[in-house]
Parts: sequence; C-alpha cells; structure tokens
Amino acid sequence: MNRGDFVRFWDGYKGSSFMELLETEAPSLRPNPGDWFAETGQLPETSHGTTCVSMIFSGGALVAADRLATMGYQVASREIEKVYATDDYSLMAIAGAAGPAIEMARLIGVQFEHREKIEGEPLELEGKANSLGQLIRQNLPAAMQGLAVVPLFAGYDLRRRMGRVWKYEITGGRYEEAEFDSVGSGSIFARESLKKSFKTAASREDAIRIAIEALTDAADEDRATGGVDVHRGIYPRVKMCTANGIEEVGDEEIAQAYQGIMSARRQPGE
Amino acid sequence: MSFPFYVNPEQMAQEKAEFARKGIARGKSIVTLEYAGGVLMVAENPLQLQKLGEIYDRVAFAGVGKFSEFDRLRKIGVQWADTEGYRFSRDDVRGKALANLYSQVVGEEFTRSPKPFEVEIVVAECGDDELSGHEKNALYRIGFDGTIQDQKGFCAIGGSVDSLTSHLESNFREGLDLGETLRLGRETLQRAENGTPELPPESLEVAILERTKPGRRFRRLGDDEVAQLLG
Repeated sequence: MNRGDFVRFWDGYKGSSFMELLETEAPSLRPNPGDWFAETGQLPETSHGTTCVSMIFSGGALVAADRLATMGYQVASREIEKVYATDDYSLMAIAGAAGPAIEMARLIGVQFEHREKIEGEPLELEGKANSLGQLIRQNLPAAMQGLAVVPLFAGYDLRRRMGRVWKYEITGGRYEEAEFDSVGSGSIFARESLKKSFKTAASREDAIRIAIEALTDAADEDRATGGVDVHRGIYPRVKMCTANGIEEVGDEEIAQAYQGIMSARRQPGE
Repeated sequence: MSFPFYVNPEQMAQEKAEFARKGIARGKSIVTLEYAGGVLMVAENPLQLQKLGEIYDRVAFAGVGKFSEFDRLRKIGVQWADTEGYRFSRDDVRGKALANLYSQVVGEEFTRSPKPFEVEIVVAECGDDELSGHEKNALYRIGFDGTIQDQKGFCAIGGSVDSLTSHLESNFREGLDLGETLRLGRETLQRAENGTPELPPESLEVAILERTKPGRRFRRLGDDEVAQLLG
C-alpha cells in the first residue's frame, strides 16, 4: 500500500483480514508462487524442512521440530527454525518448502495481530486454525509445482481452557487431532513412536520426553531429519503453549530428556 | 452555462474551522503524558467504544470528535503500520511517518471536502533504549485541518484544550512514575468544562506504552489496576 492510497479515505479496504488487505491494496506483496514457474514448469532446487510433532499435554499444547533443512541430498541448514509463535497463544510448525513456509508463518502472525488490533479482540483459536487453512489453500498452485507447505498448528484455547492441535493437507483441509500428530519426511517414524509413548494429560516433563523421543526415532530412520546433534550442541526446538502464553524449552532441559531416553534404551534386560 | 458562486477561500477556511471546532468541543478530552516507564494515555470515556488504540509495537493512537471518523483513521493507521512492518521490518514502523500520513489525509479532507473531519488525534511513540537513535518518546498532535505539532512531555486534545494544557504546563514534571502520572492525568481531565468533577476508574479509559516490555508495548489498564494506581 503506498501512502497515496490512503487519500481514498472511505473507499479503501475496510475488513479485518490482513491477507485481503494486501490483495486489494498491495498485491505486489502477495505474489502467487505458482505463477513463478508457470512458463517453464521447472522448479529450481529449494530447501525443505523435515520432521515436526505436536501433542496435547496437561498444561496445553506442545510443538517440537528438528533443526535440519535439506536441499536434495545436501544439508541446506543445520539450525533452521521450524516452530513459530504466531501470537501469544498459538504455535505453528512448518514442514515442506522452507521459503514459502517461513513466509506463511510470518504472514499468519501479522494476520492474527492485525485482526486483533482492528476489531479490538483476538480471533478464537478455531478462527486462527481456519485462517491458516485458507492460506494453505491459496498456496495450492505452488504446492502442485513442488512447493508444498504442510504445517501443524497448535494453541491454547482460552475459552475451553485446553490445548488443541490441528493438521493440514495441501488443499487447505484441516483436521483437529485429539492427542498428537506429526508431519514431514520422518513423520511416519515419529507417529509410530508417539503412538506407543503418548499418555493422556502428560506432565510437562513427560511431554518433553515423549516429543524428543519421537524426533529421535524419526532422525534414526529418516536421513533428512536432524534429531539431537550432541557434538555441535544443536537440539530440537520445543515450544509450549499454555494459559500463561508461549514458552520455549531451554536446551539443557532437552539435553537432559535426551540423555534419559538414551540411558533407558541402553539398560540391559533383567 | 452556470458558474459556481465565488467564495473567498479565507472565509471558507474559517467557516470550516469553526464547524470542526464546534464538533470537537462537544466531546470529552484525552491527555497523553510521558512517564518514567513510557507513555500514558487517559481518556474520559465510560463507554465501550474505545478512543485509544494500538497501532504497532511502539505506536499508539488517541482520537476525539466524531467516532466514525477517528476510528476509521485509527484503522487506516493499523493497516498502514502492519503493511509497512510486513514489507520492511518491525523497527521501520515509526510514529513520525504515521503522523505525517494522518496530517496529509486530514488536511486533504479539510481543503477538498465540503465537510471537514471533526477530529483531533494524537500519535504517541515510546522509545527503546536498545535501539540506538530510537531512545526518545514522541508525541504528535494532528488537528482537524491537518496541522501537525510535535509535543514534548504531554499533549491534550478535545473540548477544553486550553485549560487542560495550562494545568499540565504548571504541574507536569519529567520522570514521574505511572501512579503519579495517572493521578495528574485524571486531575487534568476533571478540569475540562464538560467533564465530571470526580472521575471514578470506570469512567476512565487508560492505556500505556511500556518501554521495557518486549514486542508489542501497548497495554490497556483495567478498572482494578487503575483504581490501585490512583490509590
């Protein structure tokens, strides 16, 4: 939106959606990535994020992801950020094409904040989940070209006083999960792990351990998932969303959980 | 062929200004004050419709006059700020640029439209000690004709600006804490011609920009917190 547009005082966009505002007032900031390759159909090599898990625990919702980004068979980044706080009570983890996914996380964060400021009230958690679904649906043409973004969304529902998690597919379809879910290249292994270790209303400590165990299992079986890198001191990112807002779990706590898992696995049988 | 009547531009501007002033004088006032921890805004407003608003991380808005007009200005400010922050970075969204934008929009309406806006607005920005060159707070007052004033320390808008300003001039000091500043704010509003003599917390709309808070610094103070601060 350039400043000249604001002279159209009464005629400008009047809704509360930032995405629609950009479409009507600043379309150059909302390019459709699907158009970029329409002519050649050739997609250059781009970086991809890998395994993310989300789960509900006693205090709310937890989202965790490894830190590795790959570009084909190569490492693009060992310390990429895949878990984003989209506002004070919601989290988003991204798998798929890193560039569009990070941009999506940024845009959805502004979308939530914009609506809260315009209307004087934040969106309900379900409203936020739907809003993200619309953004993913808009990305469908790009997804068909290989730039799929498949996030997990989780948050604390202040009205129902509980954590909630959603998964998505590239068509924008959203599905609420009652316990946990995982996306990305190592998600089969992470989900298998979660299926066995998940407990209803787990404590904070247990929830961290369960999530790290799932990511460790995924990293064991999937070459594109980073897991724990003890030598470099790189640990998966774990963020929690509770009634008190967002909390990022420190590396020491994650390292401790990881050591606990490993020493339990090395125990000889009785 | 008909010719439009010739109207002396000076006379037209005067009549428009008088019209706008009358509209603004009907409403209640708002004071904005710097305090040790940031910027405080106090409005006499017992209603649900808010006159103070969050624009961006360090920028807040206050408007008096016709609600539909200043609320639209507030929303335009949010639209501009969010777009600017998305296009560039969060630190690039500055109060001065927004005040200039408002000045242009309101000034344009005053000159071109048969009915000028009946509004006065304040754009407040709190500084950030971590950002070199951005440490100072800033208060900008935009009048119904688009005039823009850069204010130091405090700023009053609304009906009885002159008596409010003279009270602030003789009582405002730099570096007061939040409670002292809020008491001064209420005391000032009580001097407004059409104000209430003893303003209870429920009749006040209070918001602050806290310098030390990370991220979005704007925060509304509820009735309980206001009562506690007033002591």
